[in-house]
Amino acid sequence: MNTFAKLLTGAAIGLAVSVTSFSAMAETPANMLVIAHRIDDVTTIDPAESFEFAGSDISRNVYNRLVSLDPNDLAAGYKPDLAESWDVSDDGKTITFTMREGVTFHSGNPVTAEDAAFSLQRAVILNKTPAFILTQFGFTPENAAETIRADGNKLMITTDKRYATSFILNCLTATIGAVVDKETVMANEVDGDMGNEWLKTNSAGSGPYKLDSWKPNESVTLSSNPDYYGGAPTMERVIVRHVIESASQRLLLERGDIDIARNLNPEDVAGASQVDGVKIEDELKGRLMYLALNQKHPELSKPEVRQAFKYLIDYEGMRDSFLKGQYTIHQNFLPATYLGASEENPFSYNIEKAKELLAAAGVENLEVEIGVREAQERIEIGQSFQNAAAQAGIKVNITVGTAKQILARYRARELDVYLGAWGPDYPDPQTNAGTFAFNPDNSDAAQATGLLAWRNSWDTGGLTEKVEAAVVENDREARIQMYQDIQAEFRETSPFVIMFQQIEQSALRDNVTDWSTGQAVTSAAYWQVTK
Amino acid sequence: MALIEDNGKGRARASLPPWIQTAFLTIGSIAMTMLGLLFVTFIIGRVMPIDPVLAIVGERASQSTYDAVFLELGLDKPLIVQFAYYIWDVLHLDFGTSLLNARPVAEDIARVFPATLELATLGIFFGIVFGVPLGVVAAARKGSWIDQLARVLALVGYSMPIFWLGLMGLLIFYGILGWVGGPGRVGIFYVDVVPSVTGLILVDAALDGNWDVFKDAFSHIILPASLLGYYSLAYISRMTRSFMLEQLSAEYITTARVKGMSEWDVIWKHAFRNIRVQLITVIALSYATLLEGSVLTEIIFSWPGIGSYITTALLSADMNAVLGGTVVVGLIFILLNIFSDLLYKVFDPRAK
Repeated sequence: MNTFAKLLTGAAIGLAVSVTSFSAMAETPANMLVIAHRIDDVTTIDPAESFEFAGSDISRNVYNRLVSLDPNDLAAGYKPDLAESWDVSDDGKTITFTMREGVTFHSGNPVTAEDAAFSLQRAVILNKTPAFILTQFGFTPENAAETIRADGNKLMITTDKRYATSFILNCLTATIGAVVDKETVMANEVDGDMGNEWLKTNSAGSGPYKLDSWKPNESVTLSSNPDYYGGAPTMERVIVRHVIESASQRLLLERGDIDIARNLNPEDVAGASQVDGVKIEDELKGRLMYLALNQKHPELSKPEVRQAFKYLIDYEGMRDSFLKGQYTIHQNFLPATYLGASEENPFSYNIEKAKELLAAAGVENLEVEIGVREAQERIEIGQSFQNAAAQAGIKVNITVGTAKQILARYRARELDVYLGAWGPDYPDPQTNAGTFAFNPDNSDAAQATGLLAWRNSWDTGGLTEKVEAAVVENDREARIQMYQDIQAEFRETSPFVIMFQQIEQSALRDNVTDWSTGQAVTSAAYWQVTK
Repeated sequence: MALIEDNGKGRARASLPPWIQTAFLTIGSIAMTMLGLLFVTFIIGRVMPIDPVLAIVGERASQSTYDAVFLELGLDKPLIVQFAYYIWDVLHLDFGTSLLNARPVAEDIARVFPATLELATLGIFFGIVFGVPLGVVAAARKGSWIDQLARVLALVGYSMPIFWLGLMGLLIFYGILGWVGGPGRVGIFYVDVVPSVTGLILVDAALDGNWDVFKDAFSHIILPASLLGYYSLAYISRMTRSFMLEQLSAEYITTARVKGMSEWDVIWKHAFRNIRVQLITVIALSYATLLEGSVLTEIIFSWPGIGSYITTALLSADMNAVLGGTVVVGLIFILLNIFSDLLYKVFDPRAK
């Protein structure tokens, strides 16, 4: 034992001393992009099923779509991708895409109209969560073969009625519009699942990057596609490392072991911004923070009360304190950067004005319950609102719960007030207009739980028809104006108090250029990045 | 009296060798413990307020999509039937598929457990190597500066939040001094460079003869392992000190000293020899705790271990992953208990 103890002690001291001999890590190589990001929300990378942020990032770089958004010019909207051009039939119901020639999948197989048709049909038939983005055009598993079909180099899609072409094409830029390699996918089909199980963890795309590996909660590794039709990306390898802790991300960035940190908290953003060699870039994202008032509540359904609540939010106070750098004030259902988004923010924190409105409505001693999911920022917003409401004579009882508890009651129309967040599903104004301002059947029996207006028992008045009209308007400028009008009316009449829009702050090494998280409309893109 | 005689006859009839009886009892005990563990975990997983269907399909899913997944997961069946199905699968070594990443849970565990094993083993190594001698010396020099130092170290170890200590360690040794690697198991240059044979990067690198990867991996593991080792050290050194003090106050120690035995021999050959059995229990428990995975350490150091795996799964209602992880952690505890029982027999003549 004596000798053994000495040996162990000697070994331990030796190990400890040897640590000091390690030198500092080098910077990342010039042809490699290393990103620290939380990727624990990736549950599948099958584009027919993927509906999470980090999963969409992978799809955007691995797959091409018929049309897509240019990360360097997102404001321009959709552009040709695998579809070189398209024509719309006279009745406006059929779009014929002409496929780009000479494009190949990572497998080496050529990309054909047949692959594109298969991809869209597959998404409709599998009917996973994001399938509604396509099925809203009348595609069903039963009619998919007739409504989505290939003929030579052409792909034809026929919708159930006339829609604005921009609406359809915007939807096709979403993850679910990705074109997969039919031959590779079907070679991995099991029990008629159209390759779903396989594609959950593998890829079959033609995009600028190939998926090397996805280790859940650990890393995603991509390598550049040298045969990419748009030219091989400058960054030959992209590694996304799962780093949860903000301080760890910051240390990695400051030491030069990563190029981009995507999840820094405001304190670490402030700290990193003072460091030489690091820069901060802000991008508006699509997530909106809002309060919703249940219109079944006799007092909350009064127009003056709805207005009063909009003056009981300390917009600037919250933005400049605990939401600093992470949210900006935004009072419209279309996030800024969306087609037709309004930038009017007419409401301000005004207790006296709220009191006047409540008095005009004859409301006294109002007591309401507000449901809040257990997220720190939401709880703090709830507390701020509770404090403001108390000054106007309204007693607010905050119920904090899990997603299951709070969402279940919200979807069942049981909460007085809900404090929540909403992010758009695809880059077209219909995504939010169709849920905030659209409610064709306000009855309980309708069970339209996907519509926020229905969840709050709000009969939108004429807005439902206006939303329906906007979605078929083919004139871009006219469509923009229609959404502007809808938002103006919505701001005044709706039971939604839209407060903030999210900002994503990325911290980058200062040699990184052309970084894009996709703003509110899409996901992060890597192929245009240079160092 | 008659009953005792009957029992005696019963034993005679069975006439199984004692080691077989012991083996049966041990296996039975493991099976019952595992069953109980799985049952409790399963029930907790089903009653906790997270909807596994919502976790998979998301808030936007249509009712039909929700219903389809609900049926696919078998949640329409009675709880006891669901549990029976699960036990049946586990008996066939099938832990199911992770609901959230669509991979076999066994594959996930085979990926994350070696990371924890590597970290915990190095951690407990530090804990033993520094903690045991420190505890012995502190007891032998009771009241001296070494004893005071041991107390302070243990107190800090007990009371300092590991989260804070981890971040400070990273800031100083990685951020400022650059002596060690940052979060993660290896630097980006060495990701997937050596083939994964055991899943233990240090071992795999050594097997591959790639000493650059070995050095890099060691520079990444040294800080979190030291941190865990420090927490083990705090516990082991205090317990060692306490056991040693008890032995050093015993009469046989006084006798040994009166006989003129050297202090070194008194401490190490007599007193320490008699605390080995107790120390084994302390070390085994400490090691088992580390092998559960230290969630906070894994988060700070981006260490893809079993602790953060189970926690993430639990928060996401991925019950297949939670149950699979629970089986592994439960097995570890049981195996370490059996192992320490075996060591008892080696070190304690009375147990033979």
